[in-house]
Formats: sequence, structure tokens, C-alpha cells
Amino acid sequence: MLNQLIVLQVVIPLIAAPLCIILSNAKLVRAFVIFVCTASFSISAYLLYFVSTSTTKTISYALGGWAAPFGIEYRMDIMSALIGLIVSFIALIVILYGKRSILQEIPEKKITLFYTAFLLCLTGLLGITATGDAFNVFVFLEISSLASYALISLGKSRACLLAAFRYLIMGTVGATFILIGIGLLYAHTGTLNIYDLGEKVAKLHDIRTIYVAYAFIVIGLAIKVALFPFHLWLPKAYSESPTVVSAFLAGTATKVAIYALIRFTTAIFGIKFSFTTLQLDVILLVLSIITILYGSLVAIFQTDIKRLMAYSSIAQIGYMTLGLSLISVLGLQASLAHIFNHAIIKTSLFLLIGCLVLRMSSSKLSDLQGLGKAMPFTSAGIVIGGFSLIGIPLTAGFVSKWYLVLAALEQNQWWIVAVILFASLLAVVYVWKIIEVLYFKPAKETNVAVKEAPLSMLIPVMFLVFLNIYFGIETSLNAGITKAAAMQIIGS
Amino acid sequence: MTDWHAIITYWAVITLLVFGLYIVTASSNLVKKIIGLNIFQAAVFVMYISMAKILNGTAPIITDKINEFSAYSNPLPHVLILTAIVVGVSTTALGLALIVRIKQSYNTIEETEIRQQEQTEKE
Repeated sequence: MLNQLIVLQVVIPLIAAPLCIILSNAKLVRAFVIFVCTASFSISAYLLYFVSTSTTKTISYALGGWAAPFGIEYRMDIMSALIGLIVSFIALIVILYGKRSILQEIPEKKITLFYTAFLLCLTGLLGITATGDAFNVFVFLEISSLASYALISLGKSRACLLAAFRYLIMGTVGATFILIGIGLLYAHTGTLNIYDLGEKVAKLHDIRTIYVAYAFIVIGLAIKVALFPFHLWLPKAYSESPTVVSAFLAGTATKVAIYALIRFTTAIFGIKFSFTTLQLDVILLVLSIITILYGSLVAIFQTDIKRLMAYSSIAQIGYMTLGLSLISVLGLQASLAHIFNHAIIKTSLFLLIGCLVLRMSSSKLSDLQGLGKAMPFTSAGIVIGGFSLIGIPLTAGFVSKWYLVLAALEQNQWWIVAVILFASLLAVVYVWKIIEVLYFKPAKETNVAVKEAPLSMLIPVMFLVFLNIYFGIETSLNAGITKAAAMQIIGS
Repeated sequence: MTDWHAIITYWAVITLLVFGLYIVTASSNLVKKIIGLNIFQAAVFVMYISMAKILNGTAPIITDKINEFSAYSNPLPHVLILTAIVVGVSTTALGLALIVRIKQSYNTIEETEIRQQEQTEKE
């Protein structure tokens, strides 16, 4: 029974998605989707609890009863259970929050279809975390990507169409690269099971097919991760889409791609091959640092708050891959902790921006002047989220940056610490820009009578803001579990 | 060195792959981009199918003449690529649907012209 939970977590939203179209009544659909997301969330929470306390630290399920290397295996270890929990949690919060925001930003006829695409996207993302089969990763990646292109194109401005189209082109090229890589691996080993592949690849290192497969898979995933120089699709996709969609994608899509990158490099190709023979660590280190600095710098010059957050997302992705590039337990722990914390930080910020957009119908910084008084809770939430983004102590963002600094110091890489501190200063600049607009600029006449966002939106998002502080103080989940996960991956 | 017949499909794959990717990046017409994407994906389909072929192998079907053959093509890559073809078709459908809506709202499907419109919007 317990093993079946791994599959149920993926299958429930998959079956629920077409049912939404049959139900068609907007209120009914919404209640149904909340039920489905709650189910997914409780399953993934229970799975994480079970996996981290069990003796083997993994559970596996053979689909259709066909045993592992021949059949498709779903396998969960601590890392995949953790990422699964993040995805389903963010999905639940976004849906709980979304009622008013969806009504305002998405045409009424398309609301049912929005929920359908949302559930399909959730299916794909959860599927990537659950599956132990390389080809299945590709299929789920495409399910989630196709759904997210559709979600992005639901925005009100016409620019969202172009954003979705560009993402479609980039995303499909990336996914096809991954497909080529998996095909080459299969051609040489005759297996598709990730862990079976790992054992077989370990025996045949010096073969060109494997090198080529590695290059294709890493580049393909780098596009999905939005690592510099493959980040071009991200800013428009996040800033033109409806706020609930940007919040959901910013919290989950790139994180799951990073999970896939970690899984492929460590489980299939092996740490020794990926990082010693082919020196991915050097490439990743350089690209991560460029990503961090570039994202933070460009964010400073944005005039649209959603745009600014999108560029800051790019910078934060750099921190996550930087942790991976250090290939130590501490580094990977910092990476996973930052995936966890950033999901909470960025989702809460995008959702708070959604509150502003609901009242002002604009996300331009110049239209938001002086809202600090009119919308005190929303503005305070943005300040706390911003502090967490910078990494001020007692917020969640501090915890992961602390581990990242520790991991760099462990290898005597002082200059990385300097880069992290400098990038945090840049974060101070762009967060301050928002605070200045909200609190210190004189309010426009039209902005004085604005009302605070409705409670149905404030309660879920304030819960996230609370978590921002909670996980900065009580770190058993974002530091404890991630350490166990990192130790399981690196194996020491 | 392998006989050149045996690897000729792989040369075809690489040629198609590069052509497809070039069309995607170089053309400004959005429909042409989708066509390029299709060529790019078709190359990968050919790659999967050609790696399933075994020299002197026959179709993996049980018949009365089963004793005449000793080698069979591997059916698994065909199954895999069937899935990938479905994914490719849905990507094309979604891409074309987006192009229809882009045409409706921008009244053009040339990327350069759309970019011009975006520039004037900013000013």
C-alpha cells in the first residue's frame, strides 16, 4: 500500500485534470482542485516523513508489477521526496490564494482550462521527482513544460503570447537535447533505469558515446534550469504570465530542473565521471557566478516589479547550481536548502505582488508609489520577503546562504564568499528600490484610497511570509533533512 | 572501421539535426521556426529507430517461420519514439495555436516586425 503512494501522488492530479473539464462549473472545479492539491500535498508530506525515518531511506514501486531494470520503476529517496513536498506545497498555497487573482487576470471562459493545465503541470513536476526511469523523466518534463506554455499564454497582455512562444522554442530544443542524450545512453547500455544505468556507465567510462550523451543532457537541462547563457526565456515568461502562474513556476519549475540535473550527474554518470573526468564543477562554478552577478545587476535596473523578481530568480538559480558545483555534502546541502527556501521566498513575493496587481492593475514600480500605508500587510510581507531574499539573519534566506558560505570556506575558496557577499549587496539595492517606492515616495492621489487585499488572498500568503521567518529560526526541515539528503547522494 | 552503409543513417541524423536547429534560430517567420523544430525532432526519431536495427535482423514478431531467423530488431526504441512523436505533435499543435493568436493580436507572424511593434509600444 505504502509503495503505491508514490504513484498515486502523480496519478491523482493526472486523472483529475480532464475531470475538471467535465465538471466545468467554476466553483465546483475550484473545490475539486483544492481537494486534489491537498491530497497530493498530504501524500508527499507523508512520503517524506516515511522515507527520512525508514532504515533504507528509499522506497520503490514497480509499475504494472514488472521488476526494476525491465519495467518502469518509481523510486523515492530523501532528495526526491523533499522536492516533491516543495512542489505540492507551493501548488496548494497558490491554489488557495488564487480565487480573486485568477478571476481578475484570466478570462472567465478559460478558468476551467487554467485549472486543467495547472494540474497537468503539477503532474509533470511531481512525476520527475518520483520516477526512476530516464525516459520517463523526459516525458514528465514535456508534460510539465507543455502545460506551462499554455499557462503562460493565459496572461492578459498580448506580450504573453510571444513569451510563451519563445519559451516553447527554447524548452523544446532543451527537451530534445535530453532525448538525444538518453537515446545515446540507451544505445550503449541497453537500459533506461536511472540506477541500473549508473552501475553500467560506471564500468565503461572512456567511451565517446557516453561523453556525447553527457554533453547533450547537461546542456538540455541547463536550458530548463535557465542557467546563463540559456536564461533568455525566463524574464518574459515570468513577467507576462498571470501572477498565480509566475508564482507557481518561480517556486517549482526551475527547481525541479535542478533536481533533474543533480540526479543525472550523480546517479547516472557518477560524481567521479561528472566532476573529475569531465570537470563539470569548473564550468558550473563559472556559469553560476556569472548567473548570480548578471541576474542581480540586471534586476537593479528594472522598472517593473515582476520583471525585477524574474531577474532576481535567475540570480538565485545561480546560488543553487553554485552549491552543486562545490561537490561536497555541505555544498549540496546548501543547494537543496536554497531550493527549499527560495521556493518559499519567491512564491510569497510573487503572490504579494499579485495582491498589489489586484488593487492597482499594474506592476510598474512607478504606479505602486506610497502603497505602504494603504496596504500595510502586503507591503510588510514584501519587506520580510525581500530581507529573506537578501539573506538577513533570522530569515530563511540566511540559512541557505550560511551553508553556502561554509561550503566555500571548507574548500578554502575565499573569493566565492566575496562573490556571495557582493551579490547580497546587489540584492540589498534592488530590494531597497521596492521598499523606497512602497514607503518613502509620496503616495499618488489615486493610491491613497486603495484598500488592503482581501483576506482570502492575505491568509495563505501571510502563512508563507510566516514560514520565511519560521524556517530562519527552526531549521530542522531546511537544514536537517537537506543534510540527510545530501549525505545520501554524495555517500559519506 | 565500421562499414559506411551501417552508419549512413547517423550522418543523415546529424545533417537533419543541424539543419533543423539552424532554421529555428535563423528564420524570423514563426511558422518556419516550428517547421525547423519539427525537422530537428524528426532527426532524433530517425536516430532512435536506426539504433534499434540489427544487421540481418527481422521484425520481432512470432510466426511459423520463427526458426529461419536468429536476430531480431529491438522493438523498445520504436515504442519510446512513439511517445516522443506524440510529444512532438502536441508541441507543434500548441506552437501553431500560439501563432494563430499572435497573428490575431499583432497582425503579423514575422518576429522582426513584432519586435518593432514592441519597441514603439515602449516609447
